Amino acid sequence: MTRQTLGKIFRPIVTLVVLILVWWAITAFTSLPPYMLPSPVTVAQALVAQQQTLVWATATTFSEIILGLAAGTILGMALALAMVFSPILQRWLMPLLLLSQAIPVFALAPLLVLWFGFGMASKVVMAVLVIFFPVTASFFDGLRRVEIGWLDLARTMNASPWAMLRHVRLFAALPAFGSGLRVATAIAPIGAIIGEWVGSSAGLGYVMMNANARIQTDVMFAALTILSVMAIVLWVIVDRVLKRILYWAPDTIAAP
Amino acid sequence: MTPPAAATCPGIIIEGLTLRFGERTIFEGLNLEITGGQFVALLGTSGVGKSSLLKIVAGLSKPSAGTVRASDGRPLQGRIAYMGQTDLLYPWLTVQQNVMLGTRLRGEKPDVERAMHLLKRVGLAERAKALPMELSGGMKQRTAIARTLYENRPIVLMDEPFSALDTFTRARIQELAAELLVDRTALLITHDPFEACRLGHHLVALAGHPAVLGAPILVPGQPPRAPDDPHLLETQGHLMRVLTELETE
Repeated sequence: MTRQTLGKIFRPIVTLVVLILVWWAITAFTSLPPYMLPSPVTVAQALVAQQQTLVWATATTFSEIILGLAAGTILGMALALAMVFSPILQRWLMPLLLLSQAIPVFALAPLLVLWFGFGMASKVVMAVLVIFFPVTASFFDGLRRVEIGWLDLARTMNASPWAMLRHVRLFAALPAFGSGLRVATAIAPIGAIIGEWVGSSAGLGYVMMNANARIQTDVMFAALTILSVMAIVLWVIVDRVLKRILYWAPDTIAAP
Repeated sequence: MTPPAAATCPGIIIEGLTLRFGERTIFEGLNLEITGGQFVALLGTSGVGKSSLLKIVAGLSKPSAGTVRASDGRPLQGRIAYMGQTDLLYPWLTVQQNVMLGTRLRGEKPDVERAMHLLKRVGLAERAKALPMELSGGMKQRTAIARTLYENRPIVLMDEPFSALDTFTRARIQELAAELLVDRTALLITHDPFEACRLGHHLVALAGHPAVLGAPILVPGQPPRAPDDPHLLETQGHLMRVLTELETE
């Protein structure tokens, strides 16, 4: 292994260990009651003791996030493409899209639960609501800002509008789409968790609300830990896939 | 793979070409006749409307008035290859795929053999699988030339395609382009009198506000002319004077 890859693995581990040590020190050397801040050891014990509940909850929340991410990305791309193709559609859709983001998702959560029920559907819809906008906005921007010369060249080669979209615009917009998808992946868990808080009978958000009501703070922390790990893993996977697809668009900022 | 013969390459006839943006007249009543198989260099200062003129000839934008047609009466569309100010290579395609871009865009079967033959002629056969970002500026421009030749169109329009290169690379690429485009009808737009004098059979100056075309200047000898060709140096001096006069009129 090279020094660089070693450092890449080493640094996050050191950061994590230090954070846990600080956390442990706070619980050990202050008189904070455990229901305010449980020690890392108690949380680890809760993780093991509650594993059956937690595995199920994780599976539920994970499915909601993945479904939301997939549906949100597809919807986001479709909207961007529709707006590029039709300026009329763009003029009508844009205010609507902005409105959908102006209303806080928190405020919509109870309504969505009322309309789509306590099950998964309301959480997926919620996730879609937070995900599609960054995808639409960035992809639309990418599709619009294609180097004019590339399009001119394609036109002199008698490319049809469809071929220009398929072979020029889509590829040219991929880097912008990638940034949108990264943002979407990072915020995807928010939608699912908020949905679960407002009304559900499964998922990590549900486990947290339940534990909160019973003052089982260690279980809350256990659920939070799983949620953060899940979010990070998901982001890393999406980031890797995007880097592989965008092999031709190098980072202009050199890795430190 | 034979280049179209000079006799079959149509000329270009530009008549009364006018371009206005609102109140502003960029150029007015331009007339120019380019004989089939000739290399014409159109020279002008920046902002005079050179690129706009070329885009109109290429069918990429519309003039306010006037016409552009082929000397044989058939439509120009589909018979023009275009080289822009930059190489315009698609960064996600390899060198070879970029050369065959036309067939890809038209959904035709790509002719790999022909692409490789052309890449060999521009000296890039070994870099066929490379991405544009792995190439130097000169290599990118040579790829662009191969792409232009792959289209095998009788008319080639060039919008300062060599301006981003350093002096020596530019000189080499100019020679290569002149050599490979021989017998095609070519219109090169440039702000560089030296480049114009090296490459053109005829030179035309575009200058003034609104811009007008000067009388065509014939450069003796065959392009590409050597950098120290006395005809070239003489014409270059003459051209500088014409341009300065047109600008101050």
